[in-house]
Amino acid sequence: MPPDTSDTEISDTETESRTRPSPPLPRLRGARSLWRLRSYLRPYATRLVLVWVPAFAAVGIGITIPLIGREIIDGPVARGDSEALLPLALLALGLGMAEALLVFLRRWLLADAVLGLETSIRDDFYSHLQRLPMGFHASWQSGQLLSRATTDLSAIRRFLGFGLLFLVLVTVQIVTVTGLLLRMYWPLGLLVVVSAVPIVLTSLHFERRYILISRRVQDEQGDLATVVEESAAGIRTIKAFGRGRHVSGIFEEGAVKIYGTSMEKVRLSARFFTFLEVIPNITLALVLLLGALAVGSGTLTLGTLVAFATLMLQLVWPISALGFILTAGQEAMTAADRVMEVLDTEPEIVGGTRVIERPRGHLRFEGAGFRFPGATEPVLHDIWLEVRPGETVAVVGATGSGKTTLTSLVPRLYDVSTGRITIDGVDVRDLPLPELRSLVATAFEEPTLFSMSVRENLTLGRYDATEEEIATALRIAQAGFAYELPWGLETRIGEQGMSLSGGQRQRLALARAVLSRPRILVLDDTLSALDVETEALVEQALRHVLREATGIVVAHRASTVLLADRVALLLDGTIAHVGRHHELMASVPEYRALLSADPDAEEARL
Amino acid sequence: MSGTTPPAETSAKIQAETGNGSREWRGVAAENQDELSEQVSFLLRSRSRRLLGELLRPYRRKIVLLVAIIVTCNVASLAIPYLVKVGIDAGIPPMVAGAGPGTLVTVVSAILAAAVIQLVTRQIFLRMAGRIGQSILLELRRRVFRHFQRLSLSFHDDYTSGRVVSRLTSDIDAISEMLQSGFDDLVTAVLTLVGTAVLLLVLDVHLGVVALLPLPVLALFTNWFRRQSSIIYRRTREAVALVIVHFVESMAGMRAVQAFRREPRNQTIFAQLNADYRAANLRGSQLIAVFSPGVKLIGNVTVAAVLFYGGMLAIQGGVTVGVLAAFLLYVRQFYEPMQEISQFYNTFQSAGAALEKLSGVLQERPSVAEPGAPVILERPRGRVEFQHVEFSYLDGTPVLPRLDLVVPAGQTVALVGTTGAGKTTLAKLVARFYDPVAGRVLLDGIDLRDLGEESRHAAIVLVTQENFLFSGSVADNIRFGRPGASMTDVMAAARSIGADAFVSALPEGYDTQVGKQGGRLSAGQRQLVAFARAFLADPAVLILDEATSSLDVAGERLVQRAMQTILADRTALIIAHRLSTVEIADRVLVMDGGRIVEDGPPGELVGRAGRYAGLHRAWLDSISDHRDLPG
Ligand SMILES: Nc1ncnc2c1ncn2[C@@H]1O[C@H](COP(=O)(O)OP(=O)(O)OP(=O)(O)O)[C@@H](O)[C@H]1O
Ligand SMILES: Nc1ncnc2c1ncn2[C@@H]1O[C@H](COP(=O)(O)OP(=O)(O)OP(=O)(O)O)[C@@H](O)[C@H]1O
Ligand SMILES: [Mg+2]
Ligand SMILES: [Mg+2]
Repeated sequence: MPPDTSDTEISDTETESRTRPSPPLPRLRGARSLWRLRSYLRPYATRLVLVWVPAFAAVGIGITIPLIGREIIDGPVARGDSEALLPLALLALGLGMAEALLVFLRRWLLADAVLGLETSIRDDFYSHLQRLPMGFHASWQSGQLLSRATTDLSAIRRFLGFGLLFLVLVTVQIVTVTGLLLRMYWPLGLLVVVSAVPIVLTSLHFERRYILISRRVQDEQGDLATVVEESAAGIRTIKAFGRGRHVSGIFEEGAVKIYGTSMEKVRLSARFFTFLEVIPNITLALVLLLGALAVGSGTLTLGTLVAFATLMLQLVWPISALGFILTAGQEAMTAADRVMEVLDTEPEIVGGTRVIERPRGHLRFEGAGFRFPGATEPVLHDIWLEVRPGETVAVVGATGSGKTTLTSLVPRLYDVSTGRITIDGVDVRDLPLPELRSLVATAFEEPTLFSMSVRENLTLGRYDATEEEIATALRIAQAGFAYELPWGLETRIGEQGMSLSGGQRQRLALARAVLSRPRILVLDDTLSALDVETEALVEQALRHVLREATGIVVAHRASTVLLADRVALLLDGTIAHVGRHHELMASVPEYRALLSADPDAEEARL
Repeated sequence: MSGTTPPAETSAKIQAETGNGSREWRGVAAENQDELSEQVSFLLRSRSRRLLGELLRPYRRKIVLLVAIIVTCNVASLAIPYLVKVGIDAGIPPMVAGAGPGTLVTVVSAILAAAVIQLVTRQIFLRMAGRIGQSILLELRRRVFRHFQRLSLSFHDDYTSGRVVSRLTSDIDAISEMLQSGFDDLVTAVLTLVGTAVLLLVLDVHLGVVALLPLPVLALFTNWFRRQSSIIYRRTREAVALVIVHFVESMAGMRAVQAFRREPRNQTIFAQLNADYRAANLRGSQLIAVFSPGVKLIGNVTVAAVLFYGGMLAIQGGVTVGVLAAFLLYVRQFYEPMQEISQFYNTFQSAGAALEKLSGVLQERPSVAEPGAPVILERPRGRVEFQHVEFSYLDGTPVLPRLDLVVPAGQTVALVGTTGAGKTTLAKLVARFYDPVAGRVLLDGIDLRDLGEESRHAAIVLVTQENFLFSGSVADNIRFGRPGASMTDVMAAARSIGADAFVSALPEGYDTQVGKQGGRLSAGQRQLVAFARAFLADPAVLILDEATSSLDVAGERLVQRAMQTILADRTALIIAHRLSTVEIADRVLVMDGGRIVEDGPPGELVGRAGRYAGLHRAWLDSISDHRDLPG
């Protein structure tokens, strides 16, 4: 089904580069991954053991009830004894009720356990993702992560909830019946056993191929989820350019791909399922033929043949059900693989154990360098910089010079590749992460807000903040508008704060950083969306805050630079000059080029 | 709520609020889309049924064929046990009697034939059903996605991308599951059911009636189940959507989450949502745990009744022993598929709830609707006019109280004003992200509401304040402005605004992947790419909403210089806080509180002692450094 958009050609090239090398496909570990999840079932261990009692009991009763029928026919009916009929009928009634009860018990017991399993894996999955560093999140699309947290976990739940139990029951049933058949008349029994050989062989072959295809479908679904997420998060850009059709084309591409792979899956399983159903029937015909010959030659009684055939008929359903169960198992295994792939990723950034008794916020970069994973050149190298408590340093550099990267090294969103960063003489890597991150607060260049209440967004780092503290922070950031929103601080702001104006978002992000009362306050170009008057007010208020904290201010404008005591000029990946604004203006041409006022403005001033 | 809530208490509060949709951390919004009154559930059902009908319609014929095939297949598979019986009854005695294997061979060949028929029909059925199911899924995905794209921003403002994702993943999954296994099971079960019922009545009417007597009970029971489950599954869909929304947002904002130690609180919230989802799911499973054995109970009671009544009849000679034996077999066979139907019902209800959600989305009409008879603008000149425009996002809080404005074609207008004044709102109205509450916005004298989509997009492009990059290469992202543009065009666009230098310096140049939401690039670099993208689009009206705010001064100057040539022959609306941008404008509008308070050429406005003069002075202060000079 080709995409019907006119720009097929472009979306072709588009998608090619778009399907970025998704994280390398690891060796499929299948069953092992699934087995490793067993610890999640531990809380339900008793229940899971107990569940077999009703399960087998119900099967037993299921076999017994027909026997009562035989009993009635051979007994009361044959003898014409209506007295004896009632007790047997009541027995059947009792057993029937018991069977229903047992089935109920089995389902009830299992439901809670497998849902518990699914829920705790999901909790752990989420918590693990929160622990994984930014480096991980930068390389993984959230669609991929999401499809693991939802679709895959459900697949696991479904298999463990029903599939596994049925697999055992069905296997037991098959083995028992086969055993009975062998005992009844071994040559025919052997025939039945031999007929299992092609089934087993095909199953193995099928399994190998199916596991590959289902992994592919699952990955493709993850990719599609990513396209969906981007198209929703970027809807404003799409609308601004009227590219709905174009984006639909990209989606279409992904959807068609899933369609294709799913059809492959359908064809494969169609072949397999049919095979599973046909083999027993052919065997049955053979049994009948050979059995008849045996009866003819007198080695087998007619009665036994009848019993044999009847029993064999009971095998047909379990064997064909095996197909469904095996595919469900396959999917659960790939799902477990995909989940473990994430859970097995070790967080590269983990906290240390040292505690600073009375943190003062003395920040030092000691020969720090940083290279993005996979990049050949370091973005930063040999950074030496000292910021004393109460001091503020402005970081100035051209677009893309590494200012944001530099600031993100302090709270260890990324870790330095060389050298180290210390706070009060302690390497940041030796501090516990929560400790470190409560010492440092950053107002990011992108506000990064959530579709929650304003209050929740503000108190992200400190949800024990008092009303007064919130008011103060809002005042400093000139964000009093928050109180005027329809429901005041309880107003939900749209996703990414989209129901606010650009400047409002930025001021909330600033207030958030101020509110967490850090020892080290990092402002990454956080005044860029403010008008000059508001900016001046914010700067005025910030001066007080910065006097009490260590400050790093990334700035593109002289006014912001003047918040700082000293300026560090970032040039070619390292801090080339440190000094006061005026000194640098006078002596460093590169600095002048970056910060000198517009030539026109110079004129106007004169 | 007090602001001094300690963490433990807050999470306890969250814990206590289980089950009601609104949680305080989510905040309050104009409408909570999740909450549905139960009365509308009937409407919902019929709505989703309509959608299902629409989806199935193209396959009407095929489905009929499919039913025929599956009937054949079932007949073939049911014939096999019967043939075995015939083979034993009629084929073997002659052989024992020495009359040769003639009948037996016929029967065995019949069995093999049946097996072959089964093989072929089943194969065809599985493939055909699979293809139809997958095609329906594809169509559904496509429809829902396109519809989301069509829906206006006012919808997306509240809906959030997480919910969009949840509709297109977990809801689709639920439907996919039904399509994969459901149909097959259902048809087989129904066939067995009807066939057996007929058989029972044919075998013996009295006993047959007794065996079928519990059917009304079963119907009532099923009806109860259906009603319960539709409520429960609806809740499940909503619960999973909330889980997904939270998940997606946390992942998107992971930088802030980690930097602000949000993890524990996030975990609490997530665990809560997850627990809600589990609870909803558990209710569903428990319902099945009652329903499925319930059906079994009815079946088993019937078996006991048949045993008793049939036994009596047999003793009195009313039925033969053979009939009784057959009855026992068939009654069980009758109630067995009911079990499967209950399983099917499970997936069916879950899919039904998902379909409800999707049909809800599809029913949503874009508030910014495309005109019925769109006007096509061949050569837009770029005259923009606001006539008595009023606008508010929420009723009662006007953002633009009343706006009149004419921007002649080719003019470069700078829009300045305090933050929150309504500049972006004005820009969005020109790009028709929203329609005005009153009045009209015109392009070349044509109301935007009458202008065809294509024409509008070709004529007007807005570079939004927040620039979003899609994963893909730098070139892909620039090309987004004009899909189909050649690499030369892309590079030319980048070069003309001064982005070429940094792009070429990237390890793979224009083919460098920008990463998730452009994370591979710096903020300023992202802005340059967004700018190049707009430039490539080459519209008659270009709106730049703080398109240079993250650039360094040198970069900004470069862009400025480029703009002088770029904007020469088009209408431009430049929103900027840095007044350097304003220098290239023909005209300045100063906005305050949603009104235009000053309007004129920049040189003239500086001279006046008004808002602009004040802004200008403050700006000069901000870029210069004399105010802090000691002494
Ligand atoms: N994940 C990454 N892998 C490789 N390189 C990266 C990655 N992220 C950023 N870079 C590069 O590192 C450099 C520094 O980026 P950074 O965001 O620190 O710049 P910046 O100084 O903050 O710029 P701006 O003023 O535009 O915000 C940029 O050239 C960018 O392209
Ligand atoms: N989607 C929305 N829903 C509700 N209110 C909104 C929405 N978008 C903006 N607003 C409100 O409308 C007002 C004007 O916002 P607008 O974005 O037009 O301001 P702006 O002049 O562009 O400010 P800035 O310079 O900060 O970007 C603000 O008070 C803002 O809170
Ligand atoms: Mg930056
Ligand atoms: Mg704005």
